[in-house]
Amino acid sequence: MNATAEAMTGRPVLALKDIRKTFGGVVAIENFSLEVHPGEIVALVGDNGAGKSTLIKIISGVHPPTSGSIAIEGEPVAMSSATMARAHGIEVVYQDLALADQQTVYMNMFLGREPTKAFGLLDRRRMIDETEKLVKELDVRIPSAHATIRDLSGGQRQGVAIARATHWASKLILLDEPTAALGVAETAKVEEIVAALKTRNIGVLIISHSLDQVFKLSDRICVLRRGKQIGVRETKKTDKNEIIAMITGLQQS
Amino acid sequence: MSSTNQGAAVRAAGLAGRVNLQQYVVYFGFLAIFLFFAIMLKDSGFLTVRNLSNIVLQTAPATIMAIGLVFVMSAGEIDLSIGSTVAVAALAAAVTMQSYGMVPGIAAGLGCGLLIGLVNGVLVAYVRLPSFLVTLATLGLFAGVSRSLTDLRSIPVTNETFTGFFGSGALFGIPSLIWWTAIAVAIGHILYRETRFGAHVLAVGDNARAASVSGISVPKMRLAVLMISGALAGLAGLLYAGRLQAAKYTLGETDLMTVIAAVIVGGTLLNGGKGSIIGALVGSLMMGMLNNGLILMGLSVSDQMIVRGLIILAAVAVSLREKSR
Ligand SMILES: Nc1ncnc2c1ncn2[C@@H]1O[C@H](COP(=O)(O)OP(=O)(O)OP(=O)(O)O)[C@@H](O)[C@H]1O
Ligand SMILES: [Mg+2]
Repeated sequence: MNATAEAMTGRPVLALKDIRKTFGGVVAIENFSLEVHPGEIVALVGDNGAGKSTLIKIISGVHPPTSGSIAIEGEPVAMSSATMARAHGIEVVYQDLALADQQTVYMNMFLGREPTKAFGLLDRRRMIDETEKLVKELDVRIPSAHATIRDLSGGQRQGVAIARATHWASKLILLDEPTAALGVAETAKVEEIVAALKTRNIGVLIISHSLDQVFKLSDRICVLRRGKQIGVRETKKTDKNEIIAMITGLQQS
Repeated sequence: MSSTNQGAAVRAAGLAGRVNLQQYVVYFGFLAIFLFFAIMLKDSGFLTVRNLSNIVLQTAPATIMAIGLVFVMSAGEIDLSIGSTVAVAALAAAVTMQSYGMVPGIAAGLGCGLLIGLVNGVLVAYVRLPSFLVTLATLGLFAGVSRSLTDLRSIPVTNETFTGFFGSGALFGIPSLIWWTAIAVAIGHILYRETRFGAHVLAVGDNARAASVSGISVPKMRLAVLMISGALAGLAGLLYAGRLQAAKYTLGETDLMTVIAAVIVGGTLLNGGKGSIIGALVGSLMMGMLNNGLILMGLSVSDQMIVRGLIILAAVAVSLREKSR
């Protein structure tokens, strides 16, 4: 298979069709369809409780959808576990970061994928070296690869979670409010890292409550309201007023 | 607010480089208690080679149970059933040995431990019951089983190969109980610190959801740690049977508190995510030394219990303080 040729023909890296998800009797997602192409940044916006995180969890295999289909590079997949999503080159930065707080940065970087050397012993040297290299590349300022996660600032922790995702992702990265807790400088840093994913031809689905950020980063914007897909717009062809109206359901006067 | 989760994380800022008291408290404690007894009891024979090596021999079963408990607690669970697993395993080994010989006896002892671990593990990992309640129940259940099946009698262990191997024997001049302790600590330490298994146990105890989305099977890890703990409690039962040349329902009865104390003092967090096998070894030796010294000082059994209780309280206090920072 030729990846560049596929990108040219515009085959989406992720295609969601008629996704529906209910928790007990509560409908969390309805009739959701979306495509994300390689090197494209799609923003997912909507008010609190709109179902954005739920959607991310469906794509990443945490919650199976009640109905609907998911295709990765055109191949339909039953995304039934996080391991499966990762095997398909999908990485996620969860809203709660999913870091093991009392472990080191390098152990978190390799959580569940630790390399070993002879006799099945952990290859710490390799984990530390790769972590340091990556952290330097992304300019995530952490004290050291040996630092314990809970000794880090919010921005540093976010940096670790994003570094982990970008290190392992080969096709798609899902980011759930990656800058919600960050200061101005850290936010700019994260935006830079996300923008750089385009050059690696990785698809990005990013959730954000900051419309400034959404308009700065995204190619397309998908709006959710109370689990319903209100619409998808090309970022260049819309404006904040329209998106706000779609999010809130109120017409602008 | 959507940012609450991440916002809570910001509190951690600026704590880098602080001294981690809990990690080293066991070594200071060990040294302080050693020096205290060495001075106070210098005329009562505390410092003799014989007494000191006795401490190590006597703590062997507790140390081995403590290794299992480090795995369990690191995964964020607890195993109280080890308190009665010891006796069940020793009795099963003793009875089986009488009719079928040594190897089936050993298999029966270890098998009982594994089986109890399996029962605990399935209930905790797959039925999703809290390990505290499950193992509290199996603790009582198997204490009852060992009493009723033996009519409170003691069962002699006469197989000399067995009592040598698990009790009074020696290899290269080193007593077998010390070999067992050393081997268990070495294997436990490597498994805990240097393998993916150990890393996954810690991840599960630290943040089960993070472990799960990282592809670690959380139920499997919970089952595994409880089975390790059960098997090691079974081994402790064999060591008791070997050293005392008999098995009785009382074996290991008083060890539970000692073992929990040793593990916590040794730097393993009650809530999981962090621990130390070497720390548990030193903690166990410290508890053994404490027992020994208090007896030599002439304290009554009830006074010993009070002092031990106070030490455990202090250890738990330090542990929880560390966790909440
Ligand atoms: N595991 C679950 N069980 C039951 N209901 C759930 C579950 N997860 C989410 N929900 C419900 O689904 C709806 C969507 O929640 P979701 O977390 O996806 O919202 P969100 O758009 O990410 O909001 P926020 O911006 O606050 O993060 C909410 O009503 C929530 O209560
Ligand atoms: Mg959310």
